[in-house]
Amino acid sequence: MRLAVLFSGGKDSTLALLKAAEKEEVVCLITIASKNKESYMFHTPNIWIARLQAEAIGLPLIQKLTKGVKEQELEDLKNAIRQARKKLKIEGVVTGAVESVYQAERIQRICHELDLWCFNPLWKKDQQKLLEEIVEKGFKAIISGVFAYPLDKSWLGKEMNKKLIEELVALQKEYKISPSGEGGEIETTVLDAPLFRKKIEVLNFTIEENANSGIYLINKARLAEK
Amino acid sequence: MILIVDMNYKKDSLGFHEFVLPIIAVVKNMEEYGIKHFSELNQTDISSCTGIILSGTALKDNESLNHFEDFSWIREYEKPILGICAGMQTISLVFHSSLKECLEIGMRQITTIKENPLFSSSFRAYELHTYSIKPSNELAILAESEKCVQAISHKGKDIYGVLFHPEVRNEEIIEQFVLLLGFKRE
Repeated sequence: MRLAVLFSGGKDSTLALLKAAEKEEVVCLITIASKNKESYMFHTPNIWIARLQAEAIGLPLIQKLTKGVKEQELEDLKNAIRQARKKLKIEGVVTGAVESVYQAERIQRICHELDLWCFNPLWKKDQQKLLEEIVEKGFKAIISGVFAYPLDKSWLGKEMNKKLIEELVALQKEYKISPSGEGGEIETTVLDAPLFRKKIEVLNFTIEENANSGIYLINKARLAEK
Repeated sequence: MILIVDMNYKKDSLGFHEFVLPIIAVVKNMEEYGIKHFSELNQTDISSCTGIILSGTALKDNESLNHFEDFSWIREYEKPILGICAGMQTISLVFHSSLKECLEIGMRQITTIKENPLFSSSFRAYELHTYSIKPSNELAILAESEKCVQAISHKGKDIYGVLFHPEVRNEEIIEQFVLLLGFKRE
């Protein structure tokens, strides 16, 4: 089955890609970049890195910019998926949704309207196990955004590893935040993973900090041999 | 041992992660379990377990429905079965009911209309289906949404079907089913 993966460049969509590629034929990645920082569906710092990631993986990328106005951004997503269906003859779409029925419902509906299969291979996966799996599989994923107290800029740029998972799980117990950031508490950017033929090297970054959030903004990056 | 039957379009499919693993996550701390794809089910599997859960499938996946006659053993089966979504549709076809178009995606209000051991009153549940069923007189309707039949049971057996996905937002329904198996065994 020819599949497109909805790709944000973070750990969840990259792991979903890996699982999809184990079972079916992944033929492209689809990325939606939202101008709206409040976007429920698509806001991700460093979304531009998806282009480098797609190149590192060796898959075509369909990238759409959306103003991020509610419901219009879903129409923009639908158009991107429609384009993948026309150009690359996809038969289905894969997402990295874990817990959010809000996201899952909307993408399921778009796929139904376009007569496409929809798969969510991380659906309901235990958050701690998800983090452990990406570490075991050799992902290099850094924290590129923090959006909930008590996470602060000291977490930005840190690479996901066993020790960091323990710290996030401890925070979950104390502050009820999701350790894998499913509630939008953290964003990650994947710099290397099993399907990557090359890795991403960050050459320049800026730390942006607001009241209860911080972003590790990658200004310059390049592909490097692994 | 409870047997979880993978109803997805093929063995070891991408749907396994989404529709079978979340059921295992609920069952694993309560009871020993086994997993089998529907295409490989045999007499030993169904006779050696204490009860069976038939999984759901992706929205476009109607493969198990095309093979519902492979499940005709259910008519003679005496142990508890819970069918989820495609599992409920399959059970319904086995008991001479028909499918009825009814698209629901996302959270919906469910109303219990007949007392049963698995759930009660009114609750919200996650839906992902293009068909509901029109039950034959062998089945009783246990619950409905605004649009269609949401749960059924066989009138003379411990065989249940839910159209919504309890593994997503109503895990306690699966837990109740597992408890029912323990009760039957004692």
